[in-house]
Amino acid sequence: MTASPHKLADLPSIPRDADGPVFRAPWEAQAFGLALALHERGLFTWREWTDALAAEIKAADTPDDGTHYYEYWLAALERLAATKGLVTIAEMLQRKEDWDSVARATPHGKPIELKNRPAR
Amino acid sequence: MSDAHDHHGHHHDHEDGSRFSDTELRVKALESLLVDKGLVDPQALDALIDTYETKVGPRNGARVVAKAWTDPAFREWLLRDATAAIASLGYTGRQGEDMVVLENSPKVHNLVVCTLCSCYPWPVLGLPPVWYKSAPYRSRAVIDPRGVMRELGLDVGEDVEVRVWDSTAEVRYLVLPERPAGTEGWSEDELATLVTRDAMIGVARVERPDGKESAK
Repeated sequence: MTASPHKLADLPSIPRDADGPVFRAPWEAQAFGLALALHERGLFTWREWTDALAAEIKAADTPDDGTHYYEYWLAALERLAATKGLVTIAEMLQRKEDWDSVARATPHGKPIELKNRPAR
Repeated sequence: MSDAHDHHGHHHDHEDGSRFSDTELRVKALESLLVDKGLVDPQALDALIDTYETKVGPRNGARVVAKAWTDPAFREWLLRDATAAIASLGYTGRQGEDMVVLENSPKVHNLVVCTLCSCYPWPVLGLPPVWYKSAPYRSRAVIDPRGVMRELGLDVGEDVEVRVWDSTAEVRYLVLPERPAGTEGWSEDELATLVTRDAMIGVARVERPDGKESAK
């Protein structure tokens, strides 16, 4: 990976420093990477992405001081993925439950993997 | 056999399973669905994130290490109560986790493992490297720490005791590497530039760049 094709400057108020985006937790970077990966696959345009993100930020009641940025990012990503027919909301809810049950059933230090999910 | 797998801090949550936050679950759900459907390639995703995370970098941890090298009182405090000493520099986790600093010496080398990316001192180290999150890393690091370190480019002599530390939800570890020779008189800022994330996990040494003159 060399030069990024993503125009980060187009993103509304992304938390960043001189070197690039700043993440406050691993999940934030994961959500960040997912949006970039889907865009690279041509599943939505960068314009569609920035519009979806801007709409989410605008709709939020929490003041935007940067600390909730990736919550809006994730909400925009879920919404756009559903609108584009990449995933359904029902699938996301089911998968979320799967991860929750497998995490709870996995002793600490063992990798948390869906294939280990307990039988329902 | 001098290699010891230390279970310090590995207590009650061991049998209770693990928990993701609601937000973490949403991200994992979306990611795994997109991967299953072939819309996202997990390796490409890791590579993409890695380009950004290496930029974010573990600068906070490097400052902690450089201060410990230059300020004996801070070093003593850090080894005694790392949580408080690190917080005094303004670096705190949001979940109130405890930090423990492990000092490397010519006789002891410390290595930190954990497969859960939440069990990683990201307030000081930034984001975990991709290999750190991989399932084989932890099991192999425990069984064959010297082999894993060698693959990552670090040879630890047979006369050095290797201690492997397994992070938990409550305790996060940070390795205090040995200060490289030939850096006498370097300032804290200059020293901090030498400290890498890998050195603070215990899979690399801090090296003085070749040919660089002693500061000032």
